[in-house]
Amino acid sequence: MTAIAASAAALSTGRRRGDFTNVVRAELVKLATIRSTYWGLLVAFAANIGFAVLAAALLAPRLKPDDLTHVDVVQLALAGLHLSQVAFGVLGALIITGEYGSGMIRTTFAAVPRRYTVLAAKALVFAVTALVTATASTIAAYLAFLAALPAHTLTGTALTAPGVTRAVLGGGLYLTVYGLLGFGLGTLLRSSAGAIATLLGVLFVPPLLLDLLPGYWKTTVGPYIPMQAGTQIFVAARREAVSLAPWTGFGVFCLYAAVALLVGFAVINRRDA
Amino acid sequence: MIEAVGLVKRYGNVAAVDGLTFTVPAGSVTGFVGPNGSGKSTTMRMILGLDAPDAGSVTVNGRPYARYRRPLREIGALLDAKAVAPGRSAYQHLRWLALSNGIPRARVEDVLRQVGLTSAARKQVGGFSLGMAQRLGIAAALLGDPPVLMFDEPVNGLDPEGVAWIRSMLKSLAAQGRTVFLSSHLMSEMALTADRLVIIGRGRLIAEKSVADFLAAGADNYIRVRSADADTLAVLLAERGAAVDREAEGALRVIGATADEIGEAARVRGLGLLELSPQQMSLEQRYMELTRDSTEYHAADPTPASATN
Repeated sequence: MTAIAASAAALSTGRRRGDFTNVVRAELVKLATIRSTYWGLLVAFAANIGFAVLAAALLAPRLKPDDLTHVDVVQLALAGLHLSQVAFGVLGALIITGEYGSGMIRTTFAAVPRRYTVLAAKALVFAVTALVTATASTIAAYLAFLAALPAHTLTGTALTAPGVTRAVLGGGLYLTVYGLLGFGLGTLLRSSAGAIATLLGVLFVPPLLLDLLPGYWKTTVGPYIPMQAGTQIFVAARREAVSLAPWTGFGVFCLYAAVALLVGFAVINRRDA
Repeated sequence: MIEAVGLVKRYGNVAAVDGLTFTVPAGSVTGFVGPNGSGKSTTMRMILGLDAPDAGSVTVNGRPYARYRRPLREIGALLDAKAVAPGRSAYQHLRWLALSNGIPRARVEDVLRQVGLTSAARKQVGGFSLGMAQRLGIAAALLGDPPVLMFDEPVNGLDPEGVAWIRSMLKSLAAQGRTVFLSSHLMSEMALTADRLVIIGRGRLIAEKSVADFLAAGADNYIRVRSADADTLAVLLAERGAAVDREAEGALRVIGATADEIGEAARVRGLGLLELSPQQMSLEQRYMELTRDSTEYHAADPTPASATN
C-alpha cells in the first residue's frame, strides 16, 4: 500500500512539474506570436544603440572639462534607456492586459485554471526573454558608443574600468525588472491604458513632486524613489552624493516590482475572469 | 456529465443566476434555453471556473473544473469565438492551447482539418469572419478530444451556410457519443439538435426534461376537424364527452377525444371528413408559454391570452 501511495505521489509530482513546463512552453509560443513583442524589442534596440551613437558622436566631444568630473561614462552611453525602459515596461504590461483586452484571458484560464501557474509562467517567460534581449541591447549600445566615440574624449571607458561591466549588464537587469513592474501593474489593473499610465507615473511623477517639496525631502526620500534607486545599477562610478549604492538601489527598485507582482498574484483568484 | 447544485451569481443587487440546479447527463445533447439575459452565459462561465459562484457548486465529470490540471481533455468549450488574439494565426492559437494541456502537436492539424480550416491555418485570426472564428473555436474545443462539449449560442450571427455547418457538426459529435451542452435563446434551434432541455428564466430553472416530455405536456394540444356536416359531428362528439369549440371556416377544435375515436365516430354515422389533424404546440410556442412570465423585457400586452385560446 505504502509503495503504491509513494509511487502515485511520485507520479503526481512528476506530472505537476511537467504541467508547469507545458504552461511555460505555451506562454513562450504566445509571446513569440504577437507583433507587439517584436515592435517593442525593435524600439528598445533602436533607442539604446541610436542614443549611444548620438551621445558618443555629438555629446561627448562637446563636454567641457568641468562636466567631465561628474558625467558618468555608462550613464551617458545608456542614454537610450530613458526610451527603451518604456518599451520593456509596456511589453511587460501587454502580455497580460492584451489578453484582458481581447477576452483571450478567458481562453487562457479555461485552458489552465490554476491562475498562479499562468502568472508564474508568464512572468518567467517574460523575465528570461527580457533579460537576454535587454542585456544584449545594453552591451550592443555600449560597444556602439565606444565605436562612435572620437579618440581621447573620455577616460575610464574600458569594460575593465571600475564599475563599467556591472553598469552595462546592470542596464539589462534594470530593464527586465521595470518590465516585471509593468507585468505586475498589468495583472492588477487589467487594462493596457491604466497599466501603462501607472507604470510611467511611478517613474516620472515622484521626481516632479520632490521638486515641489522642501530640499531635505530630496536627500532623505529622494534616493528611494523608483527612478533614483533603479538607475544606480547602470551608473559606473560617478554617482551623486545622496544616492544609494548600485546594488542597494537596485534592490529597492526590485522591491517596487515585487510589491506590484505580489498584489497582482493576490487578487488574481479573487476576481472573475 | 455536468452537475450544478444551487448555483447563485449576483451582480450588485441583481441575481443573474438564482439557485440553479440541473444535470447534463453523460451521452445526452442537452439544450440550455432561456430568453436573453436569463443567465445562460453566466452559468457557463461558472462551469468553467471563470466566474466564482456566490453560492452553490458545479462539477464536470464529478470534479470542479478548476481542479483539473489538463481540463481541455475533460471538457471543450466555446463561449466567445471572437475572444482570441487577432494577430495570431489559427495554427498558433491552437498550438499554444495544445502545449498548455500536453496535447500532441498532431492534434492541431487534426482539428483544423475536422473544421475545414486547414487552408486558412496560417492566416491571422483578426481577419476571420464570424463563421471562421466559430470554426476555430470549435477546433479549440475539440483539441483535447474531450467527452464533454459546451457551446454558448453557437449559431448566433452566422449565415445560413454556417448555421447548417454547426448543426451537422453538433449531430456528428453527438453521434460519437459525446455529451453536448449548448445554449440558445431560440427554441427552434433546439428542436433540431437537442434531446433534453434545461429551460431557465431570470436565472431560475423553469423546466428540465426531455424534448418529447416537454412537448407532450403542452396544455393546448387539440385535434382540428373539418367536415361538410360539422354541426352533426359537433353534437356527436359532445355526446361522447369531448370538448368541442368552433373555429373559423367551420372547423372544430376538439379536446378529449383521440383522432382514432373521432374518425371512427364519423365513419359509423357516415359523415365525410375533410380534415382530421392533431395540433401539437410547437416547441417554440410551448417555450413562449413557459417563459412568458420570466422574460425580463417584453412588449406590453394588455390581454396575455393569445389568439389560439
